[in-house]
Amino acid sequence: MNDGIHLTQFAKHGGCAAKIGPDTLSGVLERLPKFTDPSLLVGFETSDDAAVYQISDDVAVIQTLDFFTPVVDDPYTFGQVAAANALSDVYAMGGEPKIALNIVEFPGELSPDILGEILRGGADKVHEAGAVLVGGHSIQDDVPKYGLSVTGFVHPDKIYKNYGCQAGDVLILTKQLGSGIVNTAVKAQMASPEAEREVIRVMTTLNKKAKETAQKYTVHACTDVTGFGLLGHCSEMASASGARIVIRPKNIAYIQGAKEYARMGLIPGGAYRNRDHVEPFLEAGQVIDEMWLDLLCDPQTSGGLLMAVPESEADSMLRELARAEIGTEVSFVGEVLESGCEKGRMVLEMGEGDR
Amino acid sequence: MITVNAMGDICPIPVVKTKKALGELNGSGQIEVLVDNETAVRNVMKMAKSSGAAAEQEKLGDGRYRILITVGEAAVSVAEENRGKADDPSEAAACRTCLGTVVSVGSDRMGDGSDELGHILMKSFLFAVTQLDELPDKMLFYNGGAKLTVEGSECLEDLKTLEEQGVEILTCGTCLDYHGIKDKLAVGGVTNMYSIVEILQSAVNVIRP
Repeated sequence: MNDGIHLTQFAKHGGCAAKIGPDTLSGVLERLPKFTDPSLLVGFETSDDAAVYQISDDVAVIQTLDFFTPVVDDPYTFGQVAAANALSDVYAMGGEPKIALNIVEFPGELSPDILGEILRGGADKVHEAGAVLVGGHSIQDDVPKYGLSVTGFVHPDKIYKNYGCQAGDVLILTKQLGSGIVNTAVKAQMASPEAEREVIRVMTTLNKKAKETAQKYTVHACTDVTGFGLLGHCSEMASASGARIVIRPKNIAYIQGAKEYARMGLIPGGAYRNRDHVEPFLEAGQVIDEMWLDLLCDPQTSGGLLMAVPESEADSMLRELARAEIGTEVSFVGEVLESGCEKGRMVLEMGEGDR
Repeated sequence: MITVNAMGDICPIPVVKTKKALGELNGSGQIEVLVDNETAVRNVMKMAKSSGAAAEQEKLGDGRYRILITVGEAAVSVAEENRGKADDPSEAAACRTCLGTVVSVGSDRMGDGSDELGHILMKSFLFAVTQLDELPDKMLFYNGGAKLTVEGSECLEDLKTLEEQGVEILTCGTCLDYHGIKDKLAVGGVTNMYSIVEILQSAVNVIRP
């Protein structure tokens, strides 16, 4: 059904690696007028994942939009990944997706069957999320793009924000890292079939179960790890919370092969842009093998939830996440060393006898 | 000298082209890679170094860059020259063309017949290697062989002794992942199929127990 069409070849950058760099973006956003409304609970000042607007004492609406260019060749899988990624913004705010609309750009010369498969992949994920998909908007363009605008609900007191982490919190990540690098290796035809299968599983997994499990515990801050890479999103959390965070790269789960491909230079350009962005947040004087920085800055497509959880609850939450069979590997990323600092900082700790 | 023109190519094409050129070199010579973006420069430098070559980058102006990759004996002098100024140990390139003996271990057992006997034989084989007058340069462990370099392996002591004496112990990363023991590696480093092929290709002797 693909007729030998490689969807990824239409895109210069696939998935969240297609994001505009954080430095460029913040420069542009600064010039936009600021909107204020007493009902607007979360806006974009803190680079959070979605807008949250309170409509009653018990209900706030979460509004989000996410779409990107193909990150995999298979149209059905691409639809699943794009939808899982868009739905994730609602989960990252602690909400439940309710309504989704498609956003599509598609070349006129490609078979409509391919478009049908992309939309079917998206619809299946929306269904799995328990939301409804009601149409959308499509236009013709040379590069295929797909995503969703999602509306979700959340109790105003239970919104997950990307700030508010406290000293002593443990940082938990619910998916293994490395999707940008492994997708690049797939594009280069240097990835093992196992690595390719794993990256697809990671990207198509909804953050639904992870969020539902997390809701039984205290979560001081939460975001989903996407285009800015783990360090990019950690730096946003650190900076919005005034926190000093330690990250232990060796404790984190990576998609198989990711380290090897990073060493081979199969790294998306976004990783380097992310690195430039996070460098001011990293405490000086640390010497770290470049491979780890590349992994930590790798732009993730449909990445996991990054949550700051009180230490006393972290172990039981981890155990329950394991029992919930969320479909991905959960890891302890690091800890919050101090909060209430003037500025967000990050320390990378490589462990005994390492550099 | 091979020239790779990767101008206008986006990631990962410059790396793919460089990899192909490295294969065409047959173990010795120089490659010049021309690219037009910094991501490509950094990635091609990594590809060169991960395959053991020496690499230098140069900005040509007008957003063009040239990376000069040296493989083989010529790389030794370049690598040694760079070693002094390199601030990152990974900057130091190694020569791979002059390998003597490589031991290639694809199972945790030696020979067919009895698995139990096979385990015993493998253990004594690895001990015997430690007693050689002339030690191998490298030892590769893949598939079932990957179980020998991880925690709980009965051969760890011997392998650590070999490593102390300068033998490079390398285990296939895919195999560690497959057997679910990637966190348990207890001796040596991790390698990939490209390196395994290149190591086997550049060895004078390959011993397979």
